[in-house]
Amino acid sequence: MSATLEILEAGPGLSVQDLGRPGLAAQGLSRGGALDPLALFEAAALLARPAPEAAIEMPGLGGLFRVSAATRIALTGAPMRAARDGVPLAWHAAHLLSPGETLRIGPVEAGTTGYLSFGGGIATTPWMGSRSTHLAAGIGALLRPGDQLPLGDDTPRPARRIRPEARFAGGEIRVLPGPQTDLFSDAQRAAFAAAPFTRGSRSNRQAMQLQTGAEPLWFRASGGMASEPIQAGDIQITGDGTPYVLLAECQTIGGYPRIGSVHPADMAKLAQAGAGAPLHFRWSEIPEALPATPEALLNRLRGAVSALVRDPADIADLLSYQLISGVTAGDDLELSD
Amino acid sequence: MTRSAPAPDRPRLLPLGLDGFLMRFSEGFGEAANRAAQAAGELARSLPGVTEVVPALASTLVRFDPARTPRAPLEAALRDLLASRDWLDLPPAAPTRRWHVPVSFDAADAPSLAQVAALTERTETALVQDILDSATRVLAIGFAPGQPYLGLLPEVWDFPRQTSLMQVPQGALVAAIRQLVLFANASPTGWLQIGRTAFRPFQPEAETPMPLATGDEIRFARASAAELAACETTPMGGARLEIL
Repeated sequence: MSATLEILEAGPGLSVQDLGRPGLAAQGLSRGGALDPLALFEAAALLARPAPEAAIEMPGLGGLFRVSAATRIALTGAPMRAARDGVPLAWHAAHLLSPGETLRIGPVEAGTTGYLSFGGGIATTPWMGSRSTHLAAGIGALLRPGDQLPLGDDTPRPARRIRPEARFAGGEIRVLPGPQTDLFSDAQRAAFAAAPFTRGSRSNRQAMQLQTGAEPLWFRASGGMASEPIQAGDIQITGDGTPYVLLAECQTIGGYPRIGSVHPADMAKLAQAGAGAPLHFRWSEIPEALPATPEALLNRLRGAVSALVRDPADIADLLSYQLISGVTAGDDLELSD
Repeated sequence: MTRSAPAPDRPRLLPLGLDGFLMRFSEGFGEAANRAAQAAGELARSLPGVTEVVPALASTLVRFDPARTPRAPLEAALRDLLASRDWLDLPPAAPTRRWHVPVSFDAADAPSLAQVAALTERTETALVQDILDSATRVLAIGFAPGQPYLGLLPEVWDFPRQTSLMQVPQGALVAAIRQLVLFANASPTGWLQIGRTAFRPFQPEAETPMPLATGDEIRFARASAAELAACETTPMGGARLEIL
């Protein structure tokens, strides 16, 4: 029998996300998918899956979860406070969750968006090749308390942890020149790269607002330009000079001038920059070298996975573990390495 | 062949991210550039390594997989494609598909028709006749899934989008800048609503969720609000596709 995930409590923005639906922009649908796809690759590495799977995306706040059959879970992306039956669980790690236990995921501790993945994946019915909820297009819906999601079968294995790629505190973001970069003067481009930014409050899955105390010398009116194809990563300069970086659920055609595009390898760092994290942009060139294939990325991340060894001092219910012998629930394999 | 046209109308090939090139045929909108965007996009689709072609109003995005396809050979092939002919000299192509879409112009379905009449100094009757007489084409699909930009309407329809936004319902037919948009979802907009259809440009449950394609011809047929109500039960909303 396959497992069911029961959502007892849900933060305000929980949704099912995989890598999205490429190939439909000509029909007006942007790719969508996880804001931090790297977190899904990390989960696949932790769970020894052949490819990234759909996960629950949790912007800021998690929820309370229960499963009907034992399944491994992976906690990746922005670190959040997590506990199984009240006992803290390490983030950037995979654990076992058994029926009867509750998994509580609290507020984010750094970054913006955490991910909850399952050893057998989420088994909802795909639409156009993806399980991703696309809120802007009205595909799927936010998860709510009382929702139940089917999970794929899973085989319990020892708990694992992964060294995450650092991306939860902002920093430097590379910008590639795009089709409208030459509408902006050298001075405007330099001003943009010199300004300090942080995430603005008008941010969602469609776009991230960039706020700054600097004067928006990079403003340029759109005057007369026909709307052109746009995609995630493009930096739009809106009518008052406020830049917005387009994200997974952006529209497919847009008319605001775009000063450049965020390097795809820096999108996770951008999306994971929380309200106070400093961001600045550096002009970059399109590299000659081919970027890694998804398979190569997953292989590299598998090398960052190791056994999870818990410090017994952190275990509140140490005496309840059968440390010596006997049939166990399986998850105390965390102690066995 | 070398064009002597002014710089803004010389096709350009520009980078868009690590996985795309933009073929731009004009900075502003023009029917010739729109035809070029569609025709060149069709040819780009068959180039080795191309994974997706996204035609817009006067430009086309060509995507590839940068992890598997080196960009230099594709860039060269696209430059050759752009240099292979005068793209802005294409005659209008005959449509291969024609949609017949019932539309209601009854007062409640055309809340801004009077405003358009004032803007264009024409009667509402004449404006409605313009719509019924126009063989509009899908110039691009975007903003929302399946949502078409249609045009071009007669020059008198060349009024700007309004700066104050109005809420329009799903199926709203709205006008500005000689174009029509048929809204896939209820939305605030600066375009002016001059009619309403029961046709859904985005039908998530259907086998073909986004039924319209760039280049399709759309003909509107007048329906009363009551007739339209009878069409509301199906997502096609009484629309009929004719294969030409």
